[in-house]
Amino acid sequence: MTESGDQVTVKTRQSISEQTDGEAPTIRLMTTLDEAEQIAAANDESIAMKFADDEVVFELESLSCFYGSFRAVRDISLQVPKNQITAIIGPSGCGKSTLLRSFNRMNDLVDSARIEGRILYHGVDLYADGVDPVEVRRRIGMVFQKPNPFPKSIYDNVSFGPKVAGYRGNMDELVERSLRRAALWDEVKDKLKQPGTALSGGQQQRLCIARAIAVEPDVILMDEPCSALDPIATLRIEELMRELKQNYTIVIVTHNMQQAARASDVTAFLTMGEDRAGYLVEMAPTQELFTRPTHRITEDYITGRFG
Amino acid sequence: MTARAQAISTREAVEQRLRSGGGDIRGLVLQGALLLSLLIALGVLVVLVGDILIRSLPVFADRPLDFLTSPLSSRPARAGIAQGILGSVLLMAFVAVIALPLGIGAAIYLEEYAHDTWLTRLIRTNIRNLAGVPAIVYGLLGLALFVSTLGLGKSLIAGGLTLAVLVLPIAVITTSEALRAVPNSIREAAFGVGATRWEMVRSHVVPYAAPGILTGTILTLARAFGETAPLLMVGAIAGTFSSGGVGDMLTGAYTALPTIVFNWSGQPQDEFRALTSAAIVVLLIVILLVNASAILLRNRYDRKW
Repeated sequence: MTESGDQVTVKTRQSISEQTDGEAPTIRLMTTLDEAEQIAAANDESIAMKFADDEVVFELESLSCFYGSFRAVRDISLQVPKNQITAIIGPSGCGKSTLLRSFNRMNDLVDSARIEGRILYHGVDLYADGVDPVEVRRRIGMVFQKPNPFPKSIYDNVSFGPKVAGYRGNMDELVERSLRRAALWDEVKDKLKQPGTALSGGQQQRLCIARAIAVEPDVILMDEPCSALDPIATLRIEELMRELKQNYTIVIVTHNMQQAARASDVTAFLTMGEDRAGYLVEMAPTQELFTRPTHRITEDYITGRFG
Repeated sequence: MTARAQAISTREAVEQRLRSGGGDIRGLVLQGALLLSLLIALGVLVVLVGDILIRSLPVFADRPLDFLTSPLSSRPARAGIAQGILGSVLLMAFVAVIALPLGIGAAIYLEEYAHDTWLTRLIRTNIRNLAGVPAIVYGLLGLALFVSTLGLGKSLIAGGLTLAVLVLPIAVITTSEALRAVPNSIREAAFGVGATRWEMVRSHVVPYAAPGILTGTILTLARAFGETAPLLMVGAIAGTFSSGGVGDMLTGAYTALPTIVFNWSGQPQDEFRALTSAAIVVLLIVILLVNASAILLRNRYDRKW
């Protein structure tokens, strides 16, 4: 008994050493600083993706985000194209959400947060003196990871944004239009006075999308909008995103690679270095990034081979 | 055959192990000790309340209404607590008008507006410390500040202000806690559709925290209602209300329910024992009702996030 047990142990040990002797050790997502610099150097020659000037909604110029002395995002330069769905993917903790939340100055709410570099929105520096973050958020709406409807009626959830923006038109029509665009109208038209929190998770998230588009934004930022939803609700949201991109520019953070592959037009892959600061590895049309990634680490990530 | 025998022996072994657990003696002893401490604590309370109830029976049996509506008197057979009730209610009104708006306002500023710096952390810590300062210290403060320096004299205004200062930190703390119970996702949602901080606070955070704020507020008032020590310092000992108008009432001598209890318990006549107990019972009932209404409100409007 004991003998055979020992043999098994020995065998396992052998096979492990075989593996490590082979071409690559187990793949890590955290790159060493050297590797990060190599990737950065490679990228410098062919910086992310370039779009025609009138197609660019956001342009990031070596953006770094900090929380106190901790750098969460390092030196990201990229462009976000108009009326397309841009996905940001990458492992947990690589700064995807931080990056997204710097697009509409949501990180202003965190006392210790600050940025270096610039974010140009239609050519205007969002963090320049005199830029009103409230106006920024009216134009750049946001849908959050966990559905967060106000504990008020469905109607009030949608009408709050327009109301504080001083909307003077027909509110009933605006509410209906927003709910229709969010593909929720048919399900809730008879219960607009009921609390939004009584809806199912998927419906709540569509209500949050309706709430975001009610203020007629230009961009909708989505921070893992489907992570709390079941697959069917997820597909509905993805379908909705494809409809919404006719009128809006969408940036979505997701750690679901199938979702990025299915729903987005352009994908940016982020990972983090040893200092835990996230950086951009590559950005490409989604099809291309998923079939012919430039960097080894991208390939490892999208094929699910990481340690 | 052997496999089967092995299975049986395994089953037996398992059963033996499962059933062999002897009584966990130490666990039982500990459980007993915990139960005993609960019984002692409850026992003391039951004896105290029971004793007071029994002593107060003669008063409530003989003249229940008369006791509540009669003024103070040195003759036990005619003494009542009407002035105490009036005085306590007026004091509560002062606390409600002064301490609550200030406390709620300060809490909203601290939670929703103030940046997280060492100064705000210092302020927060000190508000918690202030809530733990003995009431008698607030009495001395009231005596020095309101009675002497501001020249309000030993009046109901001075007493009300003193109580207001006493419960102010508690009002700030309970309101802060209610505000903190509103999840950040709600704030982000409001900011996300382009609301200003004020619109976010007014339309969302404060309305959603309102039940919690209300509950805390009521408990704060109950605390003030039962305070005795500071009132003794600022002169509510044996005063009776001046017979004049409202102005006289506020600036003249006054009394409150807890101070009547204190005063009567020191009287030499035996009949005052029963009166003291009866006054305590009234005080307890009022506080119980106030606290119960707070709990009902909380259960009624409690929100699960």
